[in-house]
Amino acid sequence: MRADAAGGRAPAEWLRGAHAALRRMLGMPDYTAHVAHLRARHPDRPVPTEREFCEEYLRTRYGNGPTRCC
Amino acid sequence: MPLSILPWLALALAGAVAWGTIALHRGETVSAAWLILAAVGTYLVAYRFYSRFLATRVFGLDDRRATPAERLENGRDFVPTAKWVLFGHHFAAIAGAGPLVGPVLAAQFGYLPGTIWIVFGVVLAGAVQDFIILFGSMRRDGRSLGQMARDEIGPFTGTLTMAAILAIMVILLAVLALVVVNALRDSPWGVFTIACTIPIAILMGFWMRVIRPGRTIEASLIGLTLLLLALVAGRWVATSPVLAPAFTLSATALAGWLMAYGFVASVLPVWMLLAPRDYLSTFMKIGTILLLAIGIMLVLPPLRLPAVTRFVDGTGPVFAGKLFPFCFITIACGAISGFHALVSSGTTPKMLRRESDARLIGYGGMVMESFVAVMAMCAAAVLDPGVYFAVNAPLATLGGSVESAAQVIRGWGFAVTPEQMRALAHSVGETTVLARTGGAPSLAIGMAHIFSRAFGDGLTPLWYHFAILFEALFILTTLDAGTRVGRFMLQDLAGHAWKPMARTSWYPSAILSSALVVGAWGYFLRQGVLDPLGGINSLWPLFGISNQLLAAVALCVGTTILIKAGKARYAWVTLGPLAWLLAVTLTAGWQKIFADDPRLGFLSHARTVAAQMAAGTLDPAKGARLVFNDRLDAVVAAIFMTVTVVLVAACVREWALILTRRKVPVAREAPFVETAYAS
Repeated sequence: MRADAAGGRAPAEWLRGAHAALRRMLGMPDYTAHVAHLRARHPDRPVPTEREFCEEYLRTRYGNGPTRCC
Repeated sequence: MPLSILPWLALALAGAVAWGTIALHRGETVSAAWLILAAVGTYLVAYRFYSRFLATRVFGLDDRRATPAERLENGRDFVPTAKWVLFGHHFAAIAGAGPLVGPVLAAQFGYLPGTIWIVFGVVLAGAVQDFIILFGSMRRDGRSLGQMARDEIGPFTGTLTMAAILAIMVILLAVLALVVVNALRDSPWGVFTIACTIPIAILMGFWMRVIRPGRTIEASLIGLTLLLLALVAGRWVATSPVLAPAFTLSATALAGWLMAYGFVASVLPVWMLLAPRDYLSTFMKIGTILLLAIGIMLVLPPLRLPAVTRFVDGTGPVFAGKLFPFCFITIACGAISGFHALVSSGTTPKMLRRESDARLIGYGGMVMESFVAVMAMCAAAVLDPGVYFAVNAPLATLGGSVESAAQVIRGWGFAVTPEQMRALAHSVGETTVLARTGGAPSLAIGMAHIFSRAFGDGLTPLWYHFAILFEALFILTTLDAGTRVGRFMLQDLAGHAWKPMARTSWYPSAILSSALVVGAWGYFLRQGVLDPLGGINSLWPLFGISNQLLAAVALCVGTTILIKAGKARYAWVTLGPLAWLLAVTLTAGWQKIFADDPRLGFLSHARTVAAQMAAGTLDPAKGARLVFNDRLDAVVAAIFMTVTVVLVAACVREWALILTRRKVPVAREAPFVETAYAS
């Protein structure tokens, strides 16, 4: 039954899920989720462009102490 | 209940039988299968019972309590993440070159002592450390180790921890760079492939920023394809009469190039070089580790190295020192690694969806890393002992030629012929594999051996260079990320003296502090390259001591968290490992400074060199430099030991005050908020 359920899911959807999982494993943030968060909780704040968002993210990711082990 | 225990009992028995087989078959060849079975059996039983005990009784993980990812969700760093995805993220961040190099070096004692330490060290100490720091940080809105040390113990301890992290970074970067130098010296194939990673990373950087913004996976796939092309093209470069000499570099030249690279990478914007490299090495790391696991499972190679060698007496050629304490210093990552405390209090705690996930990610992630270390040990132990020592002993011990090396190694009681060494070098596409101390090359030979048996013969040179590329790639990633982190820490410190220095994007400040950090690790790297004893002999123990020191800090913070939470009766879960680490680090540090054996003790080596200078058998300028370096190393070891003792004393005082009720413990935990997630 479970195999049917998995097979019934569109391959494109499965691929999207795998893609999102890989991005998260690398530690990449989700731009759409962040925009949704800003719209819902901080409507007064400006929404950054995807590029601004990526830059800000990289700055915090690699600027706050070691993120990787030896 | 009794029925559900049965499979675990069977598993425990299987593990016990495997350990017994290894123990009883002394002097005969044992299959790697037993090592793997013993390790996995122990891991599963420990995970099922000990980590459950920690999760429920000691920490009291509570799924009704909202995690920082839920409460502070912002779609950026605080993001509730599926358990297995986060496991992958955390594992990729903690696994690096450490768990691969340490076991290979410690294999000079034989495969058994190192394996026992890797397996039992992780379940009782390493995984406990990672788990408790992840737990503590998760309950404190994702605070870092340094911040927790400051909040829980005091500002003095916090500052000391930050200074210790900076010092450890310097030694770590130097020793890892030395591993790369020893792997790539006089190897045009390797140098070409590694050099190609720089333009490939820059191309990926522009792709993700200019051509197709944010398309990380797409750019990574392009990068990986180009990387494999570069690997294949390396063979052509190595055989080209024009290009091969251009890519054949001496050890000192390579050290210079690495320093230049570290400096440039630290000053360039992150998106251009550092971030794309990081993605590339993450994929390579996970892919290769899976490949190695499959290879070992398919081949189940016999272990040719003895279970225990005569070098447990401290006369080992790879590094000096007896089994205790040096086996436990040499293998840091893979058994217990203080560096993990930085990762466990970094990005991971901000991504936990529910509290109970911390068990799989904190404890389980570290157990997985330990498994990587066991596989590295297997890869080293499939080599003939003679070959292992020919690859790992320093050049000064072996003499310059395969003939002299074979003679020296026969003197140790291991058979190896000059023809065998020549054939081996030829089979992996190199001119020589002698004295490539540092673990990476012998691991690569072992991996190439396993891969060619598992996935087809004839590709051995390609597999060897693939393994070298894989290790060098993420060592270089550590090198540039580490230099950058060191630069930020230094800028922060300097900012207290003169404000503008703290502006991280101000070029004069960035350039000056990058140069200082590169100069610091570069100095130790150069010292290692020129060291007649092989460099690894002095630098790797210093790195081990410093990494274990950080682990001691993490365990002190963990113990404080437990005592303040009124769980002092469970404090043995961290105090036991802490006591062991203190015994190991302080003994090792003392011996490295004061031992009479000039190969072991820094000060007695300085005296030997001084005597040679007085007798006129050593160039005075060279001698003076060696004496200075010995004394410097002794001072560094002494500083690490002093910091450890001071930190532990500060913590013990704090614990005594709380336990005798002379001080009211202040809970720093974020208040309880009930989760909105359905259970």
